[in-house]
This record gives sequence, C-alpha cells and structure tokens, in this order.
Amino acid sequence: MSISRRDFLRIAGFSTLFGLGAKSAFEMLAPGELEAKLTPNPKALSAQRWAMVVDMRKLNEQTAEKCIEACHRVHNVPDFEDPIDPKDKIDPEEKIRWEVKWIWKEKYEHAFPGQAEVAIPEKIHKLNFLLLCNHCDNPPCVRVCPTKATWKREDGVVMMDQHRCIGCRYCMAACPYGARSFNWRDPRPFIKGDDESYPTREIGVVEKCNFCAERLAKGQLPACVEVSKGALTVGDLNDAKSKVRELLRTNFTIRRKTQLGSNPQVYYIV
Amino acid sequence: MKEPVKSEFGTVGEKPKVEKKFYNRNLILAGIIVFVALITYPIWNLQGKSVPPPDPKLDTPVIQKMAEQDRKCIEDKTYMRNYHMQMLDEWRDQVVRNGNREYTSLSGKKYTASLQNTCLECHSNKSQFCDQCHNYVGVAPYCWGCHLTREKKLAEAK
Ligand code: SF4
Ligand code: SF4
Ligand code: SF4
Repeated sequence: MSISRRDFLRIAGFSTLFGLGAKSAFEMLAPGELEAKLTPNPKALSAQRWAMVVDMRKLNEQTAEKCIEACHRVHNVPDFEDPIDPKDKIDPEEKIRWEVKWIWKEKYEHAFPGQAEVAIPEKIHKLNFLLLCNHCDNPPCVRVCPTKATWKREDGVVMMDQHRCIGCRYCMAACPYGARSFNWRDPRPFIKGDDESYPTREIGVVEKCNFCAERLAKGQLPACVEVSKGALTVGDLNDAKSKVRELLRTNFTIRRKTQLGSNPQVYYIV
Repeated sequence: MKEPVKSEFGTVGEKPKVEKKFYNRNLILAGIIVFVALITYPIWNLQGKSVPPPDPKLDTPVIQKMAEQDRKCIEDKTYMRNYHMQMLDEWRDQVVRNGNREYTSLSGKKYTASLQNTCLECHSNKSQFCDQCHNYVGVAPYCWGCHLTREKKLAEAK
C-alpha cells in the first residue's frame, strides 16, 4: 500500500485524462478499503434494545452521588463549581445557566410532573430520583436534529456525534426530559481531565449521556451501573431472560412522562 | 463644420478648455509606493531567509521503550504521511456511527481505532510531532478542541 507522492500524482493525472477526475484517485487508493478493515470489538456487550432499570429502593443519596461522580469523571463533564485555576471562578447565576450534566438528581414532582400524584404513595414523593437520558424509543431529539448529529442506533442507544453537532439546540427544545446540555463556553478550564481516554467537548456543542457506548464497545458496563451497588441495571429489553426483564416482571415500575409518547427506556422501581 | 454659436451659457459646439493637471500628484504617488511596499512586505521580508523544514520528533517515552523491530506505525510510513487524514476521517465515522472500533492493519495486527488512545499513546508529543507539519503547511485541524493530548502528562513525567 505504500505509494509515493510521484505515483499518486501520476495516477491522479491519468484519471483526470480519462475524465475520472482527480478525486477518484483518492477513492481508488484510500477509503473503502479502510472501511472493510474496521470491525466491532468481539468483546463488546450488545443488545437488541438496551434499557435501564433504576431500583429506587436500593438507591440512597451517597450511591446517587457516586453514580454522578463516576459518569462525569469518565466522560470529562465540566464541573463549574470547581475550576482548575481559581481565577476562572464564575458567579452563581452562570453556574446554573451553563450547567452541563449527563446524570443528575431530581425531586419526584419535577421528574414526574402530572403523573398520578394522588395515586403515588407519600414516601415516593420524597425520593430524590436519579435522572439521565431515557434513550427513548421514539426520540423527539432525533426527529428534529438537522444534521443527524444525534440519532438512534439499532440497539436503541440514542447517540451523539460531537463532530457533527452544529449547536442549533433544536434537540434541547425537543427533549422533554432536560437530558441535554449546551456548552455555552469552553468547558476545558472546568475539566480536571483525569480521564485521558475520553475527549472533552468544545464550546457550541450539545452533550448528554451516551449510555456509555464507548464502554459497552469494550465489554464494560456503564460507569454509573458499575458503582451503583446494584441499584442500576442495564440489559436487553428484547431478551425475555435478561436481568432487566426479570426486574420489570417482578416489580412495579414507572417511567417519566409516558403521556408524551416518546417511549422512554429508563424504568424506575418505586 | 458648423460655426460655434455663442449664447449666454458660453460657446456651444466648442471643446471646453480644461487645464490638464495631475492633482495631488505627490500625495498619490507616495500613497501608491506605501501601498505596494505594504502588500509586498511578506515577500521581501522573507527574502533570503528559509523557513526550517518540519522536523517531527519520534523520541517519546512509549516509542523509545519499543523494541527496534516493533518500532513501526500501524501502517507504512509513506502511507501514514499521505493518508493519515483520510484514515482518521474514516475511523471517526466508523467508530462513532457504526461502532466499528477495531482496525486491522495490512500486517494483520489489530488496533483500537482511536486518535486519542492509539495514535497519541505513542505520539504523546503533539507540538513536536503533529504541529510540526501542520504549522509548516498552514493547516489547523480542529481535533484538539475536544481530543486531549498527552502533553500535560508528558511534561509532568519529565
Ligand atoms: S431523553 Fe431526551 S435526549 Fe434522551 S432520547 Fe429521549 S428525547 Fe432524546
Ligand atoms: S444541537 Fe447538535 S445534536 Fe442538537 S439538534 Fe442541533 S445539531 Fe443536532
Ligand atoms: S450510562 Fe454512562 S453516560 Fe449514561 S449516565 Fe450512566 S455513566 Fe453516564
């Protein structure tokens, strides 16, 4: 495959002569072939339809904090509370406006507005729910994205391609769960960058939970699941023998804002 | 030829007498000279000087630790030099969009298709390696807006 510059120019020249255009020389020699050489890692975890079950009986405050910390650490999510250089300190209002989060805590009445409040026991109203992108089966964020920077994979994971995002924020307007955050500023000064294996984001793109696609691809469970002491479970919704199906069969679960028809795939055992 | 007709507005049919004069001559000439000098500044300023050719360095700790016969890039050097951009482009699409994260090189060896974790593992010296040619040819790829380089760690280790 070694080709010198001279050879390349020669082939490009000839292909122009035959009306093929210089571009085809590139295509003859470079991609295509590369495509065939890229394959999935055989150790990858796979599913026909990924889903998550959050067992609120097992989730206490510390575990929830740990999940958030783990996710935000491995994905280099900025922490505006804690700049690397104290000079970059920002005021409290900006902290709220600029917040970037992949997974966070929320009270019942905010997480499940308008959902049978009277029928739900008092103690559940007091719980602090752990929220993240629901990887909806009918995701409104995907429908509105003009660049396909966000799309639904065949296994149900709603992915983001940061390379393509133009920062139009249509998806943020469309997502009824507040699962997406916009980078109003360069996040780097607020990222410790301890995890050098995952990229950061730039100013002007939207980000959210990616169901740990990069970890599933290596055969690892999502970071939040790993530290959740059994409170969080992921698995294949299409496999009747999977752990999530088992949990859904034997427990009463609720989902966020099902009345909107987005078919969220994070289930809460209450 | 008709006789010029004299009227109250002057003589009709006669060429007006205009004094031929280069108004503001000195100012304009000086202006032109300054303008030409300014736009050609980059040319004559670099007269006789030569920009040093790029000199990408390969002396990172990971590369140095490799045994002599393993000290190779994932593909042939010429190929990498000419096509690393197409390759990274392809990797990006395949990894992010299709989940194909493993690259089999021509030699049959498997690598994780990742700029940040595979390329930069060896080439942890971005400013001494990547930037050398990129700056020389005046390209500014925006990979580094998101992808972390290992230079911080490298500096700390020193
Ligand atoms: S929770 Fe929001 S961001 Fe996630 S898939 Fe559903 S609509 Fe999209
Ligand atoms: S902000 Fe990015 S992901 Fe969201 S709709 Fe626009 S391009 Fe798509
Ligand atoms: S699945 Fe991964 S990306 Fe999503 S909240 Fe959990 S740790 Fe974060």
